[in-house]
Amino acid sequence: MADQARFAELATPYMDPLYSAALRMTRNPADAEDLVQETFLRAYRGFGGFKDGTNLKAWLYKILTNTFINTYRAKKRRPEETEFDDVEDYALYGRMGGLEAAEAERTPETEVLESMPDEVVKEALESLPEQFRMAVLLADVEGFSYKEIADIMDVPIGTVMSRLHRGRKALQRRLWDFARDRGLLPAGHGA
Amino acid sequence: MDCDKAVVRMHHYLDGELTVWRRWTITRHLNRCPPCAEGYVYEVEFRQIVASRCRDQMPPEVRQRIVEALGCGFDGMSTANEGPSSATTPPYDEH
Repeated sequence: MADQARFAELATPYMDPLYSAALRMTRNPADAEDLVQETFLRAYRGFGGFKDGTNLKAWLYKILTNTFINTYRAKKRRPEETEFDDVEDYALYGRMGGLEAAEAERTPETEVLESMPDEVVKEALESLPEQFRMAVLLADVEGFSYKEIADIMDVPIGTVMSRLHRGRKALQRRLWDFARDRGLLPAGHGA
Repeated sequence: MDCDKAVVRMHHYLDGELTVWRRWTITRHLNRCPPCAEGYVYEVEFRQIVASRCRDQMPPEVRQRIVEALGCGFDGMSTANEGPSSATTPPYDEH
């Protein structure tokens, strides 16, 4: 039985990460603030049921995810798109690496990536449909394993892997599109 | 291992989800296949960018609101994770 008084000490390091995740989920600072506050309240109240020695971070993210799905998503009546066009196996790397010739002085793909402002990366991630956005967020930003993501999102591991695969591909594509729209790509890569 | 399979495995490898044997086979493929190795480097970079560019700081007033909502016994929360700039938090005992 965990001691509620220890909650503050244990949960405090997750305030910024949970807030960041809430921003990506809701795509709106006001909703993110409410979501993260509600998450902390629920976690605090439920902390008695948290088993010491188990994964606190995953437990907090599960509460965040459930609260988001049950409260904030339900608020919005607009149906969330669940599919997106991913027929082409399109990656920024593949796209840029595929451009032959006149490549002598091309900017390496990694330099283009490094030049991406935070806002572009956030916007690209937030543009993904929810289920893909959540999978990529939990894996690539928060570092959860397939198994942990499956528990947090309450889906089979195979579903996690498929959403990650498609979500990452789509993220690379959108990052490329956003970078191109903002003129961030070097000459010759804007086509 | 062909390159298509290697690309799929590469993701699982980076996710830390491969067995020792499969880790060995993907490493061997990457050592022998420069295009895949280049793709691997890009993929590592891409993940680092996504992980590092999507961090936000909770505004101090939101942090304060949560601390207040949780009530007493939670006072440590407002100070435990303060960065160097805590200009917006009320001053503590100044002797």
